[in-house]
Amino acid sequence: MALLEVKDLKVRVEEREILHGLTLTVNEGEIHAIMGPNGSGKSTLSHVIAGKPGYEVTDGQILFKGEDLLEMAPEERAAKGVFLAFQYPVEIPGVTTMNFLRTALNAQRKARGESELMVPDFLKKVREVSKSLNIPQDMLKRGVNVGFSGGEKKRNEVLQMALFEPSLCILDEMDSGLDIDALRIAADGVNALHSPKRAMVVITHYQRLLNYIVPDVVHVMSKGRVVKSGGKELALELEESGYTQFEDAA
Amino acid sequence: MPAVQETVERVKRIDVDQYRYGFETLIESDKAPKGLSEETVKFISEKKNEPAWMLQWRLEAYRRWLTMTEPTWARVDYPKIDFQDLYYYAAPKPKKTVTSLDEIDPEILKTYEKLGIPLREVAMLEGVEPKPGEEDPARRKIAVDAVFDSVSVATTFKAELKKAGVIFMPISEAIREHPELVQKYLGSVVPTSDNFYATLNSAVFSDGSFVYVPPGVRCPMELSTYFRINERNTGQFERTLIIADKGSYVSYLEGCTAPQRDENQLHAAVVELVAHDDAEIKYSTVQNWYPGNSEGKGGIYNFVTKRGDCRGNNSKISWTQVETGSAITWKYPSCILRGDNSRGEFYSIAISNGFQQVDSGTKMIHLGKNTSSRIISKGIAAGKSQNTYRGLVTAHRKATGARNFTACDSLLIGDKCGAHTVPYIEAKNSSATFEHEATTSKISEDVLFYCVQRGLSQEEAVGLVVNGFVKDVLQQLPMEFAVEAQKLISISLEGSVG
Repeated sequence: MALLEVKDLKVRVEEREILHGLTLTVNEGEIHAIMGPNGSGKSTLSHVIAGKPGYEVTDGQILFKGEDLLEMAPEERAAKGVFLAFQYPVEIPGVTTMNFLRTALNAQRKARGESELMVPDFLKKVREVSKSLNIPQDMLKRGVNVGFSGGEKKRNEVLQMALFEPSLCILDEMDSGLDIDALRIAADGVNALHSPKRAMVVITHYQRLLNYIVPDVVHVMSKGRVVKSGGKELALELEESGYTQFEDAA
Repeated sequence: MPAVQETVERVKRIDVDQYRYGFETLIESDKAPKGLSEETVKFISEKKNEPAWMLQWRLEAYRRWLTMTEPTWARVDYPKIDFQDLYYYAAPKPKKTVTSLDEIDPEILKTYEKLGIPLREVAMLEGVEPKPGEEDPARRKIAVDAVFDSVSVATTFKAELKKAGVIFMPISEAIREHPELVQKYLGSVVPTSDNFYATLNSAVFSDGSFVYVPPGVRCPMELSTYFRINERNTGQFERTLIIADKGSYVSYLEGCTAPQRDENQLHAAVVELVAHDDAEIKYSTVQNWYPGNSEGKGGIYNFVTKRGDCRGNNSKISWTQVETGSAITWKYPSCILRGDNSRGEFYSIAISNGFQQVDSGTKMIHLGKNTSSRIISKGIAAGKSQNTYRGLVTAHRKATGARNFTACDSLLIGDKCGAHTVPYIEAKNSSATFEHEATTSKISEDVLFYCVQRGLSQEEAVGLVVNGFVKDVLQQLPMEFAVEAQKLISISLEGSVG
């Protein structure tokens, strides 16, 4: 069943059109990779799906589980199960990771009409999840991402993904700023969270990440459109010949 | 943290222009004639049944005041105040002498109820003790000396304090009952000639709290006073005097709310603290005067002089303030570090929103040897407000080994507000060590988006980020105040993001 349907999406930022009619369908349980050069509109797509302010959708639609996503505030989208793992997760000094996780989780639960988790239940859940992802407890006591290494920040994103249990995870340039070991750890986390009900959209510049997270479908973006889609071998092909071959196609 | 959630929910229940404490209580009041003259001063003194020396003291201050001009150095802008167009005294008309709470005007009690004075304090007022086993650190005993307009209407827990030898009473009573203490200490920290507003206060102060803690006594409870302005066009001139004798300890909490008004209301309080050898005073404030409406109309003018004198060796004075209200705040709680090894602390959260103007900070005056001070200031500006930290750290020639650490952090919300830091640092001896750190940051779109992507609303996100920013200072507050302060912070920032 289609989880996410992006139909002929046109998006502007300050009068300049970035996406010129993009179409993409992601089914439950699938892993999609979106590749493309800088400025092709990959991050814009992820931001528009998550509802970041500053983008103007001039045409097209985005359906999530059949509902119009563009009508929802970003926090509603989160509660419905859209999760964006940030390329550069922000730091929030003075707010412990534990406090942040609990506030966010309960906000989502409340929005869904579920009861808020009491402290002991929440602690139990966090401990289970962080243990399964090999995340040290002391990380949870520190300020959100404050003084975290690049790898720790990405693991914190994976931890939140595991805790909030979204049905769609968009990973925006997850490999940026990570060495190979950190990349492997983060990717292992993502793989552990993949399930028949949960889809992943992996946005990346390089094929490297796809050695660890194996996609079902690879899309190539250029100049605000998807110019080619194919199986995982498409990524390897790109690695060989680069993106220039698609520029004319766009 | 549940408190954050609670804050946020509370914010949601409030409409933009609805100041929660904006209501009036209808009670008859007893006013001095409008304007300020020797007659007004005499009227006030007479109303209070004061001894001749007190009237003399007031009159000297009044005559001094006539020669002074309003200070203009602060970064605040307001229309000139017509001091002859204000009332300088208003008291609820007493029906008879109050001996128990039952006799207090039900209107007044209703006001406290509306103010949401915590249940535990209502229980205290009604003499209800918490059941054994229910005691937790947040439920420490609090004695409430409730100030309604200018006259204290109820004083509780007098007996228990008396057993410890602690004197806690309205200053008007102390003037009559403990003249030797009042005469010795009143004006000894903030002299009658100190500054325009302090001198005005000395001439016309109506009431306030008096605390004396005898040598070696640790005050058995937190002392708390609720101030409230409730009379149209009435200047509010509180006077507080706290003395901690040798080796004693006291923690004093002050909290304010005020009803909504169209006219500006002048508030010029004076607080004096004296700490003798090895004594410690902790003074905490949560200030929430009416800040004016969304167009910047109305609101309290708050010109306050607060100063502590670490008179004895090894003494310590600590100021903690959470400033969220007032149209104008002009306030510099200071420490004179006179005794050797004495220590002064200033922890401040100053929040401005709408058209509020805050010019606040501290003065740490190092006179004794090996004195130390610490300043942690968190300024948060939102809306079209201006928020200034102004601080002086100075070491006298003889203050060898003086040490200060200052950290001033400012947070901006939106792009129409301003944050300013104005530090003055003077070291007159070469052994002083002064450190100053300052940062200014903005709640970025990226941080807000990160939070809402994880399911928080904009308001929840701002509340969370701001409460993180002020955490170091909130931790200094007694726990029951910390929770209230956290709520206030979010309430006062409500509507600050679009």
